[in-house]
Amino acid sequence: MKHKVLSFVRQFALMLLVIWTVVSLVTLLIEIVPGDPATVILGETATYEQIENFNKKHGLDRPAFFFSYNSTDGFKWNGGDNRYLDYWKGLLTGDLGKSFRTDRPVLGMIIERYPLTIQLALASMLIAIGIALPLGVLAGSRKNSLIDNASSFVALLGISLPTFVIGPFLVYIFAVKLRIFSATGSMYIEDIILPAFTLGAALSAILTRMIRSSVIEELGEDYVRTARAKGLSERVVLLKHVLKNGLIPVVTILGLQLGVLLAGSIITEKIFNWQGLGLLLLDDGIGKRDYRLVQGCVLVISVTFIIANSLTDFVYRKLDPRIRLS
Amino acid sequence: MNRLAYIGFSIAALFIVAAIIAPVIVGHDPIAQDLSRRYLMPTAEHWFGTDALGRDVFARVVYGARISLEVGISVVVISGIIGTAIGAVAGFYGGWVDKFLSGYLFNVFLAFPGLLLAIALVAFLGAGLGKMILALCIIGWVGYARVMRGQVLKVREYDFVQAARALGASNLRILVTHILPNSIQPLIVQASLGMAGAVLSEASLSFLGLGVPPPAPSWGTMIEESRGFDILTSAPHVMFFPSLAIALTVLAFNFIGDGLREYLDPKQRAR
Repeated sequence: MKHKVLSFVRQFALMLLVIWTVVSLVTLLIEIVPGDPATVILGETATYEQIENFNKKHGLDRPAFFFSYNSTDGFKWNGGDNRYLDYWKGLLTGDLGKSFRTDRPVLGMIIERYPLTIQLALASMLIAIGIALPLGVLAGSRKNSLIDNASSFVALLGISLPTFVIGPFLVYIFAVKLRIFSATGSMYIEDIILPAFTLGAALSAILTRMIRSSVIEELGEDYVRTARAKGLSERVVLLKHVLKNGLIPVVTILGLQLGVLLAGSIITEKIFNWQGLGLLLLDDGIGKRDYRLVQGCVLVISVTFIIANSLTDFVYRKLDPRIRLS
Repeated sequence: MNRLAYIGFSIAALFIVAAIIAPVIVGHDPIAQDLSRRYLMPTAEHWFGTDALGRDVFARVVYGARISLEVGISVVVISGIIGTAIGAVAGFYGGWVDKFLSGYLFNVFLAFPGLLLAIALVAFLGAGLGKMILALCIIGWVGYARVMRGQVLKVREYDFVQAARALGASNLRILVTHILPNSIQPLIVQASLGMAGAVLSEASLSFLGLGVPPPAPSWGTMIEESRGFDILTSAPHVMFFPSLAIALTVLAFNFIGDGLREYLDPKQRAR
């Protein structure tokens, strides 16, 4: 018991340490911008006064870190009065700073757009399960059959084709040729289908492979022989016995993949002009060089990713006794 | 070696040769525009047709292989060397060094979604070939470091390492002449998978407009430029060929990686 608590505490501490590092990296990344953000935002024609005001408003007039170094003054200790601490103080009170372009709070902008990204991630997960479950079970229970080989091939395609190849192809087939869906947008409920397919393609390929090998492995177990000896139909054996046991690793993989989907939706959002967090980062953040917004978006996406991974890892340890013991 | 690995090797060789002798096999300038010849269908003169600015798509795909392989090889070599060195240090010295490196540093880089880190770096640094390679190395080294650390932990317990130590060999000598040659196989597997990853990341960043700036013919840029609804309706081939090139290249290096892994792992080969 003591051992268990300790390992949990250790894992939790590691997660906090990783989050701290990531936040620090993101905070300090703004320092590597070539030139000075104020000039980038206000343009070359900005007066000295305008730049001064801008820097003051966004706290850029203060030292970047605890200490600074330049060739004339050498090392200089700045104490606690620095931007790094400012950002952390803001962060702990839920303030990610104000957008360089619109002056709106960054957190508000993110909260506005995040639900669409989460929707997309969940929808693509549903689609991936919907494809992988029947395909994986069929392939696994008929090993080396035509359907097994066909599904292996499709899975291989799903893994090696990047989203920005799959996406435009789906648009070509379903929007240009068949005219079933519209090519872009997030207005109507059916608009989510193509982006969700695109984002979920790789996941459904991974899941199909996993479910297939899981089913093959479980079919060789003793309890399956017993179930068959009892005279249960193959269908019942497969659906009631094999699937129940075979899905444990799959469920945990899904948790891990939720983080991947949230982070990976950036490209899909761009293809379909889906107004989620990824597009906010790309268009409003990077496109308009709104560094404060970029910081906020990168921060929120990576912290979600880290927490999703840690939770999955934790659940996985709980579910699988072999890992728990070791 | 299995059949897929051979297919992988053949496709990869084809792309590498094409990239090297590009000027010989391509009759057109990949960035020369000719607005009177926009969106031509594939013909004997333009094998893959022409794009929105009348540029020859075949020339752009072949020269695009140069960019992909340039980025891929640079990233694999640089991040491979750095990762191998860090992994070797972590595995060989153990103790606090290893706790810091593999317990903390590896986890930080594994915890960050790779592409997002690259996007963030390029967003702050600015776009460009060198900066993109730098960003991809920063996310890429940790894979090699993990593989190398595991290998070192295994190999350093072998008798010949103990023998070398007894003969008075220095740590560096043991690492370089005994442990490294015995760890090279999994590193090669990692390198070919890393090559696929780097080619994919280059295309992804270029697709997002964060990679090599136009008019350079990166496959990612070509797809981005040709995926508009109108272009897909009237000239889908402009998008088709670069897509095919990316898919084949990534598939080829993944095949090589998987095939080599199976070949080098006797347990898997026996099956």
